[in-house]
Amino acid sequence: MNMIQTEKLIFEYEKRDEEGNVIGTSRAIDEVDIDVKEGQFIAILGHNGSGKSTLAKHMNAILVPTEGTIWVDGRDTKEPQELWNVRQSAGMVFQNPDNQIIGTVVEEDVGFGPENLGVPTDEIWQRVEDSLKAVGMIAYRHHSPNKLSGGQKQRVAIAGVVAMEPKCIVLDEPTAMLDPVGRKEVLKTVKKLREKKKVTVILITHYMEEVIDADKIYVMDHGHVVMQGTPREIFSRVDELKSYRLDVPQVTLLADELRRRGLSVPEGILRKEELVEYLCQLD
Amino acid sequence: MIRDITIGQYYPAKSVLHRLDPRVKLVSTLLYLISLFLFRSIPGYIVATLFLAGIIRASRVPLKHIVKGLKPIIMLLLITVIFNLFLTRDGAVLFHKWIFTITEGGLRTAVYMAVRLIYLIIGSSLMTFTTTPNELTDGIEKLLYPLNKIHVPVHEVAMMMSIALRFIPILSEETDKIMKAQIARGADLESGNMIQRAKSMIPILVPLFVSAFRRANDLAMAMEARCYRGGEGRTKMKPLCYRTRDRIAYVVVIVYVISVFVVGRYVPLKVWIF
Repeated sequence: MNMIQTEKLIFEYEKRDEEGNVIGTSRAIDEVDIDVKEGQFIAILGHNGSGKSTLAKHMNAILVPTEGTIWVDGRDTKEPQELWNVRQSAGMVFQNPDNQIIGTVVEEDVGFGPENLGVPTDEIWQRVEDSLKAVGMIAYRHHSPNKLSGGQKQRVAIAGVVAMEPKCIVLDEPTAMLDPVGRKEVLKTVKKLREKKKVTVILITHYMEEVIDADKIYVMDHGHVVMQGTPREIFSRVDELKSYRLDVPQVTLLADELRRRGLSVPEGILRKEELVEYLCQLD
Repeated sequence: MIRDITIGQYYPAKSVLHRLDPRVKLVSTLLYLISLFLFRSIPGYIVATLFLAGIIRASRVPLKHIVKGLKPIIMLLLITVIFNLFLTRDGAVLFHKWIFTITEGGLRTAVYMAVRLIYLIIGSSLMTFTTTPNELTDGIEKLLYPLNKIHVPVHEVAMMMSIALRFIPILSEETDKIMKAQIARGADLESGNMIQRAKSMIPILVPLFVSAFRRANDLAMAMEARCYRGGEGRTKMKPLCYRTRDRIAYVVVIVYVISVFVVGRYVPLKVWIF
């Protein structure tokens, strides 16, 4: 079944002058068609201003399409009575860890979502414990979020979403504001969650190294989906990726350069190990 | 510097007072404050002092820590005492020189007033020492819940209070950062008179406000994404419910209020003019 499906999705921002009159519109998303199957790990890549975050906000009904339709778990987000169901089935993690933690204690923040859903008290405690364990933050349950590192805060934010038991988690550049250690922490957590809870994950990012495990990648530029396919397919088109101002991982870049110089390196190398293995075969 | 301010000055310890329901503490503090105005006699003060001493013991907050909390009101205390001492004309004159006159009544009022103020501050700070800001907001929300019937947005106000508390450290950290950034660009925050110094705060306040609004926007979005839609239909992770110890605490406080009233009014004990 399709977890998320869009059909000719268009979203326009209104441009306003200083008095607030509409002077025009700008298209952030232009006729985007994507579909995500249940349990998949989907990555959406794009440079700043490519419309990837706007697309993410559609999956949680924070924005509704100007034209076209998006179905989340079979529900049309334009229907007002479906709003809260949509938000429950697609949880969202944002970029800035500080601005999405509501509670003054870690466990209270994780409990915020279930509280809003009207879950009975005993079950809230159960869910909070489970989701804090799932992200490896159970030892910090009584801590204040202000004392945590960026990566830890982001893991708490993920736990807060997991506690609402969504079918799908949308991560909108969750690592953009983190240091390399925090980035690794968050990605490891997401990977573990996928294995344990079998949730659908949609990762929006501009770091290409983060998406090599994805089932499918969409590359966006200027509101359009310009490339789609498996990581191997996408990464073999190095020149095209560069033209969309994306940083191709160094291994892939090196393999590409070697191929240009006449070595028969296979296309779409993603990991260091793959390249090492290939190079060691040569004499 | 700014980061050291802990609103409510919660003092973590494991005591009966810390474990009490915040509603009990709020109501008791209110009753205690009122009780201080029910008497004007030595026996009354003896009862009040005993009660306060008992509470301080039970709270396990060190006396030194409590006394430190009195520092900010020393000025207020002095002014009250001086005005009462010299301006009250009541009873026999004890001391007279030039324009200064101290009467029996003046001395009495001044001493009573000082003691009363100190007890007032200690009593209410004991509440904030033993209650986390979160518990306080929860308690206030639950206590004021009946006002919901007359359309007072109790839940919303409580939610705002707890969010404000969560953002105090974040915004103060941000203030630090902005100050450093502006100093690095040559802003002079230290020198000049009051007005100049107030003016030099503008380049700090403007970016701070802008960023606070941006944060508020982000936070509102994050709350909506997590299905927040106001107080209706919301359950609580940590619901407040009275236990035996809370009921006992209510009884103790009510017994205290009655006894301080009775003893303060009807036990005749006089020491000199008091």
